[in-house]
Amino acid sequence: MDAETLAVFGDPPTPELARTLDLGGYRWKSVASADEAAEFEPTGGWSGVIVDCGPDTSGAWAFARTIRKREPGTPPLLALVSGAQLSELELRDELFDDFCLAPFHPAELEARVRHLLWRVGGGTRPEILEYRELSLNLETYQASIASRPLDLTYMEYELLKFLAQNPGKVFTREMLLNRVWGYEYYGGARTVDVHVRRLRAKLGEEHAGLIQTVRSVGYRFGQSRWGT
Amino acid sequence: MLEQQREYVLRSVEERGVRLIRLWFTDVLGSLKSFAISPAELENALDDGMTFDGSSIDGFSRIQEADVLAIPDPDTFELLPWGDTKAPEARVFCDIHNLDGTPFGGDPRQVLRRHVRACHERGLTFYVAPDIEFFYFAPPQAGRRPEPLDEASFFDLTTNDITGSLRKQTIRTLEAMGIPVEYSFHEDAPSQQEIDLRHTDALTMADSVMTFRLIVKEIAASQGLHATFMPKPLEAQQGSGMHTHLSLFEGDRNAFFDADDEYQLSALAKSFMAGLLRHAAEITAVTNQTVNSYKRLVPGFEAPVHVSWARNNRSGLIRVPIAKRGNPNATRIEYRSPDPACNPYLAFSVMLAAGMRGMAEGYELPVEADANLFEIDDEVLAKLGIAHLPQSLSDALRAMEGSELVHDALGEHIFEWFLINKRTEWREYKTHVSMFEIDRYLRAL
Repeated sequence: MDAETLAVFGDPPTPELARTLDLGGYRWKSVASADEAAEFEPTGGWSGVIVDCGPDTSGAWAFARTIRKREPGTPPLLALVSGAQLSELELRDELFDDFCLAPFHPAELEARVRHLLWRVGGGTRPEILEYRELSLNLETYQASIASRPLDLTYMEYELLKFLAQNPGKVFTREMLLNRVWGYEYYGGARTVDVHVRRLRAKLGEEHAGLIQTVRSVGYRFGQSRWGT
Repeated sequence: MLEQQREYVLRSVEERGVRLIRLWFTDVLGSLKSFAISPAELENALDDGMTFDGSSIDGFSRIQEADVLAIPDPDTFELLPWGDTKAPEARVFCDIHNLDGTPFGGDPRQVLRRHVRACHERGLTFYVAPDIEFFYFAPPQAGRRPEPLDEASFFDLTTNDITGSLRKQTIRTLEAMGIPVEYSFHEDAPSQQEIDLRHTDALTMADSVMTFRLIVKEIAASQGLHATFMPKPLEAQQGSGMHTHLSLFEGDRNAFFDADDEYQLSALAKSFMAGLLRHAAEITAVTNQTVNSYKRLVPGFEAPVHVSWARNNRSGLIRVPIAKRGNPNATRIEYRSPDPACNPYLAFSVMLAAGMRGMAEGYELPVEADANLFEIDDEVLAKLGIAHLPQSLSDALRAMEGSELVHDALGEHIFEWFLINKRTEWREYKTHVSMFEIDRYLRAL
């Protein structure tokens, strides 16, 4: 299922709008009419609709009204209006969930879209990485084990994140150093050992085994895929 | 990377509800200094640093160049595992800069950073693992001798005793702060403890030693006791040292190891050792910086007195421990003179500088001195070319003063200030009339 596909009304969408959505990592489709919106609708339904009202608002409001009448479950809708059109929002509360003033600031629009999707439970953010009792919130940089928060330094967090993203895989120290620290770091490959040792201590005895030493190779997070 | 680290720190402060951020740095003599800022100030501190009056810190600015800038190193940001859990606090080490952004010459952390970088430019990483000894005492009282808490000795399993539980709590806190402990035990003297840290790169280790000393003292104080890193607090007992294990790595490979050598030491390791030995006297004022330090460096207490090396001779200055199961990564040398009252940034800097000089100049390693040197006459030693370490702070300062190596290693600012400060200390000591003299001479003479 396409988790997050947006329908964008306004044909064609302005380059600013297209760029903002692309940079935000959204999948979207431009639609010129309610019929097209129905025709191109993904199997899981639109996760949201953005209506760019443009200079002539009547078509836009008609489109919004049709979308809103659909049963079952209408996707959340965000309207883009110019300052001069603000008064048109009055008495149209039922047509949109949120609006953004055009021309818009990309960061604002991105935040509003994210919030729009999150509010209806459609968004997948905040991104949570979980492995058994370990949980990493990739947005807030917070990690916890068995609901106990872990106090990590930045590099400890980055190493744990990288390992948890690749469970069961074996990494050499050099690989970890390059992938997590980057080349310019001057700690050397043993830095990895130092950080693994620290992470194990912070995970606590019970969970220290999450990071396993693979003799004369490197480290592996979690179970090996062969179950050893 | 820096941008992400910054973001990580700011976000963690917000998410964890940190109320206070302690900015840590170190003065020339190795005392930890700290000032606290609120979370609201943190972003600004990370971007531009925090200005403060350096003339209030020992060995920092002279009056006319008073203001300096503390710039937090986001890599060292860490929550403090003690204190009120409802109002958590965090710490971050700072590098001190001049207002124009250049590294400040009086900042020991910047000195070590410079050496570590130079080492890196040669493709090498300097690893350090100190064994830190210290004592627990009842709270000190003016004019009274320190009072040990137990009568146990080396490796004793003292059940139900307070120092054991203090040590346990200390280790738990160290581990929570990302300072891994390799061993810990009750040392030889009453109330003496030893905690051995696992190797890290030198800069991280210097930060860790600073944190270590604070944690040990804090935890003792929380039980109404006193922990001290004074090198020789009890007259007839062993003093506290900080034997420091050193190695150089080239990527994953231990550059000190050579399977074909009879000592399993590479040529590089040997010239590094030769550098340390040749410049040992010059760097001793830095590794042993108090009047009291030299009361530890006397015969009969497992502290080095002579400039020598050996594989398993604890009377030598450098010991080459035998690696477990011939593990190449475990090959290292142990420099045995430093004491835990030193400034770890400067001590690691001069050790590295001396070793690197030996490598650069291709110094020849003298022969191993495997006899117990404490039992050999000075004349015989002189014939063997084995010199004494400096016998007093005054001796050590004289050796340091003439050393171009130490001058360059510390930089003009610290070199000059250190000599002035320590000369003053020596002068005050020299004019002091001790109980020893009263007891011995007052009646008899």
